[in-house]
Amino acid sequence: MSQATLQIVKISGHAGPVPGAGVERAEQVCKLVDTTTCIGCKACEVACLEWNGYTFTDTVFDNSYQTMPETAWNYWNLIKFNEHEREDGSVTLLMRKDQCMHCAEPGCLAACPADGAIVQYSNGIVDFQQEHCIGCGYCVSGCPFNIPKFNSGTKKMFKCTLCSDRVSEGLEPACIKSCPTGCLHFGTKDDMKDLAETRAKQLREHYGIEKAGVYDPPGVGGTGVIYVLHDVTNPEAYGGLPKDPHIPWVVRFWKGPAKWIGNFAMLFGVVGVTMHYLRYGPKQVDDRKNGNGAQP
Amino acid sequence: MSTSQVISSAHAGQKGGGRILRYTLSERVHHWLAALTYIYCLITGLAFWSPYMFWLADLVGGGPTARFWHPWFGVAFTLSMFWMYKMWHGDMQTTPADLAWKKAMVHYIRNEDEELPPIGRFNYGQKLFFWLMFYGVFLLVLSGFGLWFVESIAWSLRWLRYLAVTVHVAAALATIGGFMIHVYMGTAMVRGGFTSIIRGEVSTAWAKTHHRLWYEQVTGKIPPRK
Repeated sequence: MSQATLQIVKISGHAGPVPGAGVERAEQVCKLVDTTTCIGCKACEVACLEWNGYTFTDTVFDNSYQTMPETAWNYWNLIKFNEHEREDGSVTLLMRKDQCMHCAEPGCLAACPADGAIVQYSNGIVDFQQEHCIGCGYCVSGCPFNIPKFNSGTKKMFKCTLCSDRVSEGLEPACIKSCPTGCLHFGTKDDMKDLAETRAKQLREHYGIEKAGVYDPPGVGGTGVIYVLHDVTNPEAYGGLPKDPHIPWVVRFWKGPAKWIGNFAMLFGVVGVTMHYLRYGPKQVDDRKNGNGAQP
Repeated sequence: MSTSQVISSAHAGQKGGGRILRYTLSERVHHWLAALTYIYCLITGLAFWSPYMFWLADLVGGGPTARFWHPWFGVAFTLSMFWMYKMWHGDMQTTPADLAWKKAMVHYIRNEDEELPPIGRFNYGQKLFFWLMFYGVFLLVLSGFGLWFVESIAWSLRWLRYLAVTVHVAAALATIGGFMIHVYMGTAMVRGGFTSIIRGEVSTAWAKTHHRLWYEQVTGKIPPRK
């Protein structure tokens, strides 16, 4: 959204290096979501809509408290509810605030072909620039978290901005501000990591939740949203949080080696036919031999 | 009834100046429909392929416009390919003459045409190109729908999204290879070929040199091949 006070370090679909990258170092920002203290009130969902100027849309009932099955182009923040059966047969309600994870290595940005449609700021926020978006949907294939969503009216992609417009002005994201239980925290990545590990340790040592831990997947270089989970060995139970997310290898191959193989093959084709012409030239029709004076 | 026979009965030997009709108006129209829609998809597709070629999108109205029209032109190309199939699939079957020609293809590449066995309306290379584009467009349109409506592919079936990307890229590159050779041969290498697909006619000398069996067939020297 706002680029005014944020330095860009990565640009999608960009030929050549990123202008000005590395001139400014910024603290990595991070959201910490403590699922163990989330009460599922959805204040963050409402705050997100309000700040970003979207009206409340129809909910989709699917036998749970969840507002709709997935985030939408105009609904970036969704608490995923899962009635989870423990090993002893008792049931617990797992609730996880789902939104863009702001990966350090964003699959959406890697897949995007449009120059400048997806940027990563030096503070780690991954942001869509709709004025450069061509609406191709490649980011949908690139994302390991199923986050970018298409607005079929404007033909543009949308997702959580981590309130880049607020953060660039020194404010915390709207969802963080609205949380009544304090399960949402915002700060530097280092501070949030410390806080999360402290909380996980507390859960393990004081509450006997042995598998409690921090979700900060290394497969995408770490994320700008980290979770404290009761059971870090089973993130899938929290509304399909992938266990080991990474940019799909097809997307990495497509945007890496395949591009060079393809480009060299096409160059080889052009050079090949040119060399053929220089070596052998055009096919001549020998009119005398065929006994006819007509030109082709 | 094959197109060769239509030409044979309607035009052979009737034109003065040693000209023979090689492509009917309908064939020319469908060829150029296919050519223009393919070239549009090529320009816009290359723009989406590499940041170094994204400027190509500016030639056709910018990124969002290119992205909007690319799939529709792809559908149009598929339809024109279907028409070409209807017109030409009979002529595009491999014959024993093609197999003999295929063995001697190196002479064709070296322009040693006198070393080549005679062939019919299309040579083996042309037939290869036809089938490359035919199966290529089949794969392109199938995978293209996957890319077009990527969000409609459920998250649990997301391997289909990745498959669509892979197939689309591979099929596109294969057709680009064929397309380059086709354009080069049709314009620079085989003189008279480009005129024939625009005005439809070739000289009898051209027909005798490049497609002798077809020449003999349309001039009634041998009966049409079934």
